[in-house]
Formats: sequence, structure tokens, C-alpha cells
Amino acid sequence: MDTYALLLAATLNAGTVLAIAGLGLLINERSGIVNLGAEGMMLVAAIAGFATAVQTGSDWLAFGAGALAGAVMAGAFGVLVIWLNTNQYATGLALSLFGNGFSAFVGIHYTQERLGARPHFAIPGLSDIPFIGPALFRQHPMVYLTILFMAALTWFLYRSRAGLVLRAVGESPESAHALGYPVRRIRLIAVMCGGALCGVAGAYISVVYTPLWVEGMVAGKGWIALALTTFATWRPSRILLGAYLFGGVTMLQFHLQGEGVAISSQLLTMLPYLATIAVLVLISRNPVWIRTNMPASLGKPFFPGS
Amino acid sequence: MTTTTRRALLRVTALGSVAMAAALVGCSKKEEAAPAAAPAASEPVAASAAAAPASGASAPLKIAFAYLGPVGDGGWTFAHDNGRKALEKELGSQVQTSFVESVPESADAERVFRDMVAQGNTLIFGTSFGYMEPMLKVAADNKNVHFEHATGYKTADNMRVYDNRTYEGAYMAGVIAGGMTKTNTIGVVGSIPIPEVIRNIDSYTLGAQSVNPKVKVKVVWVNEWFNPPKETEGAQSLIDGGADVLLQNTDSSAVLQTAEKNGKYAFGWDSDMTAYGPKAHLASAVNIWGPYYIKAAKDAINGTWTTGHTWWGVKEGAIDLVSISDKVPADLKAKVDKVKAGLKDGTFAIWRGPIVDNGGKEQVKAGTTADDAFLGGIKFFVKGVEGQVPGAK
Repeated sequence: MDTYALLLAATLNAGTVLAIAGLGLLINERSGIVNLGAEGMMLVAAIAGFATAVQTGSDWLAFGAGALAGAVMAGAFGVLVIWLNTNQYATGLALSLFGNGFSAFVGIHYTQERLGARPHFAIPGLSDIPFIGPALFRQHPMVYLTILFMAALTWFLYRSRAGLVLRAVGESPESAHALGYPVRRIRLIAVMCGGALCGVAGAYISVVYTPLWVEGMVAGKGWIALALTTFATWRPSRILLGAYLFGGVTMLQFHLQGEGVAISSQLLTMLPYLATIAVLVLISRNPVWIRTNMPASLGKPFFPGS
Repeated sequence: MTTTTRRALLRVTALGSVAMAAALVGCSKKEEAAPAAAPAASEPVAASAAAAPASGASAPLKIAFAYLGPVGDGGWTFAHDNGRKALEKELGSQVQTSFVESVPESADAERVFRDMVAQGNTLIFGTSFGYMEPMLKVAADNKNVHFEHATGYKTADNMRVYDNRTYEGAYMAGVIAGGMTKTNTIGVVGSIPIPEVIRNIDSYTLGAQSVNPKVKVKVVWVNEWFNPPKETEGAQSLIDGGADVLLQNTDSSAVLQTAEKNGKYAFGWDSDMTAYGPKAHLASAVNIWGPYYIKAAKDAINGTWTTGHTWWGVKEGAIDLVSISDKVPADLKAKVDKVKAGLKDGTFAIWRGPIVDNGGKEQVKAGTTADDAFLGGIKFFVKGVEGQVPGAK
């Protein structure tokens, strides 16, 4: 019984990384911009966060540094694709490759650094409840903040005026422009928010999840987060569920192996992408589903006044 | 409208997969810079040798190393690089070494080996199992270059194999694990299910059983040599499943750090990892490659290099269990010392029968000792390990 509680706890932890990055990417995709640079932004943020944690000893400053690093990279990407109208996909790929190399380069001397003792977290009272306590209430605060953030983002997108404007920019930038909204600036802010959240996710990996730095340590989680936004059909709540699902599959396969059940981990590694393609096929076959689920101007450049 | 959107979606998917491929290519591109940078430092030497070929007799032997991970992994590659440094220290100006880090076990490795040959290296070390085929190919085209392949089994006239008996370190770690576990469950984070790794898991188990017959061993595979987040996840799942002493056959310190975080015990592997988890660290099973690298370079310099298969262990000073923690009681330490002494003078053998696999079949008969050929092809878990070897029929 306890084992299942711990499996659940590990799933929440693994899913949180994907959820933070996925929610960030959702924000910039809702504004109509696809940023394939998630992996690179997360790597640069991971080293920025790790270095900050080593120097200051503060996890929260590390998250801040990760967010800043992600936002700066996303900002550069934003200027390129929004004002200079470079191809979003090619620029995103370049950002990803750049981040991969750049993080390795600046991180050379941090490979052998270590963080101090990692704190344990427990919510007083609740964490002592049998089963539920160890499963749900002994997590890093970021796990709970992510759930709160998902709720806040849902409210923002569907209940607030600013959220409506953001969605309008992603659906029809021409109309938003005609109404007098600064489409390019809104898109840049959205892209930078996305970068900042990817950055927090990257710092979470190097500071909390696997507290060390080695090059390439994000190991594909950025790509899974990108797939996740599509898998979740651009809905915050589904992103959270999808993240726990993908995180759970990873942890479950290790758990089963430990129990001596033979299962191919290679197959499970493919699953997030297979699931994403399945969702793409499903929604793409139906024009109504596309319209209700996908930002209509996703990935398309916008030329004001043309 | 609909068609364009659909096309855009397809483009996302297609570009996504291109991105993955590009990311992989990107990794290898980075390494290309390394060989260019490494010899750059020693260029004056090479240049003067080229300018004055008459004095070529004293030209240093150019030696190149291909590493699987970054030198800073604190584990497998770090140990090899320590060996390289020991070699430079011992032979001084007689040798000139360079290395390339993070060489993938793919067709890229072949390109790296060809680069090394083109740069004038005449002794080349490939420090991972997966370099076997690429190295064999390059060796066939460059008969005047000596190739040394770690942990493989294929040789050629100018390519030989060297390895360490890492399972001796695993056995000694097992002795400590068996004595320290409170749950009678210990765990291993395995990398890739090849005989070398299976042999280590088995030896760890045999070591633990030598002091604690009740001990059970759980295994998870991450199917990679170096992926810290996966190693962390694997270690966490073992701990969640009740294991309280962990060993890893992967290349980073992530498992030790996970044990530290959870208040459990673990070992250092390949290199001394005490510093990565001072509370969790029980001991480190280390590889000491220096003596072999020195011998190989001397063979090449003296013209006595011949092909073959070298497998060194505690006896030759290539394997040791170091930095045993103060938490380990004296009687356990004494048992480890006894094993070490026995391995050194040949009075003790780890793989002495009867040894039964976890399906109940006797693999090594009572009174006999498994030979190296048997050890080289192990594909079974001994009794006490849970689960099956992946892919085993």
C-alpha cells in the first residue's frame, strides 16, 4: 500500500516539471506563436538555476534565475519571429540547439559542484494521514503552486479581459489589430511568459528533481512538454492531467521493473509522442474540433497593415 | 482555412521530429570542436616535429582517448581521464595525449576515430562497449595504428581488448550492503543489460548473500549509461519499493544523491564519490585505469604491442573498494579486507559453485570455479535477484 502512495508521490513530482513547461508553452501558443526552443530554454535555465543555487543556497532565487534566463532567451526568439518575421519553426529549432550548446559551455565548471542538504517538505497535520499523507502532502511547494497556477491560468484565459485579448491575438491577429490592440507586443509578452515558465521548469530539474548539473540533463523533457500542449488541445487543465499521465507512465515502468515485471521502457519512451500524434489525427479530421481546440493563427506570421 | 490549418499542424509534427534528429546531430557536432581544441594546445610540439623530421626519433607517441561521457561525470569517464593523467605523469615527454568527450555509441564514433587517426595518433583508446564495431572498421583501414577497446570482445591484429573486473568491486560493495540493509532489500540501477552489467548485479548479490542469506535484490534498467534524471527516477522507485542500500552501474552520481536525499545508503561507482553524498556514501568501487594505460603505451613505444584480451582486477591494482564509511561496522570492514586479500593472492574466487540462477537452475557446479569465458557471457540473474534479464527467453 505504501509503495503505491510513494508511486503517486513520485508521479506528481515527475509530472510537475512537464506541467510547468507545458503551461508556459500553452500561453505563448495561445498567442499564436510556436516556440520549439523549449528544450534549449530549459537547459539554459537549468544551469542558471543550478549556478544560482550553488552561489546563494536559495532554491527560490534559483527559480527566479531560471525564469529570467528562460525569459531572456524567449525574448530574443520573440524579437526574431515577431518583428523580423523569421520562420517560427526554424528559429525555435535554432534556439533549442543554441541552448543545448550554450548551457554545456557555461556549465563546464559546475559539473562537479554540489548543492547543500536538500530540505524535506511536509504539510503539518495532513502529511501524517495514512496513504494520502505520503502520497500527496510531502511534496516540494512547487508541486502545489503548479496546481494553483493552472487554476489561475484557466481563470485568466477564459474569465478575464486580458485573457480574451490574448486568445483573440492567437485566433485572429488581424481583428485584434483592427480593434487597436498591440498584437506584436502582446505576442512578445506571451512568448516571454512561456520562456519564463520553461525556465522555472528547467531550474526545478537541476535544483529539486535531480539536484546536479550535467550537460543535456533535461533529456527530452522540453520536447515532451511541447507535445503535451497539443496532446492537451491547448487547455490548462488537460495539460496538468497529461503531465501527470506522462510522468506516471515513466515512474510506473521503473516501479514495475523493480517488482520484476518485464516491460519495455523503450516502448514507453515513445508513448507521449504516439499519444500526441493520435490526438493530432483525431482533431485534424474534424474542422469543428480544430476550430474549438486549436488557436487558429498558431504558427502563422502577422504583418500589421498588410 | 481548414486545409491550411491542417497543413500547419502537420508541419509542427514534422518539424518536431526533425528537431529531435537535429538535436541529436547537434550533440555530436559539439564534440567535433573538442578534438580541434585539444591538440591545439600541443600544436607547437607537432609543428616542430614536422619541421624537423630528422629528430623524429624522439617524437612523442601520440595517444588519443574517446570518452563516452563528459570528463566531469565524476564516474566512468572521470576514472578513465584519471588513467590518462597517470599515463602522462609516468611517461612524460614520451607521450602526447588528447581526448574527445561525449562520443556517442553510433556511426559518429567512427568519424571520431578516423579524425584521431588523421591527426597522427598511433595509439587510440575507445572507452566504451558501443565503440566496438566502429573501431573494428577503422582498425581494418589503418594497420599501422594500435587500437585499444574497453569492455568489448572482438579483436583484430591491431585492435585488442582491455577491461577491469568491475564485478570484484561490486562483490565487495555487496558484502557491505548485505550487512547494512535493515529491510533485507537492496537495489541496483542498471544501465544496459549486457553481460558486464548483469555480472556486476549478480556479484553484488553474491556478496550481500555471503553475509546475509535473506537479502533480496531489486533491479531497474534505465537503458542508458548516462542520464541523471532517469537514474534519479530509477533510484527513487527502488527506494519507494523498500530498497535501503543502492548500487548503480550507470555513470553519474545521481543514484547516490537520490539516496542521500531519502536518507538511505548507496555506493560510489567507477570513481570515489564520497563528496556527492557524504551521509549516504558507504564506499566506492573504483576503476584504476592508470596501470593498464601505462603498460599499453610502453608496449607501443617498445614495439612489443600484440593483440589480445586483458582483464585486470584487484590483483593487478585495477579495482578497489575505497573510502569505506565510518558507519560500516568493523567486522564488515574486516570481511571486505579478507575478500580483497583473497582476490589479491588468488585464494578466493567470487564465482565458485554452487551458484544457482533465479529460475532454480544450477549454473556453476559445486567445487568448480567459473572461467573467464563463462563470466564473459553471463545472461542470467543469480538466485536472490528479482525479475528477469530483459530480452531473456
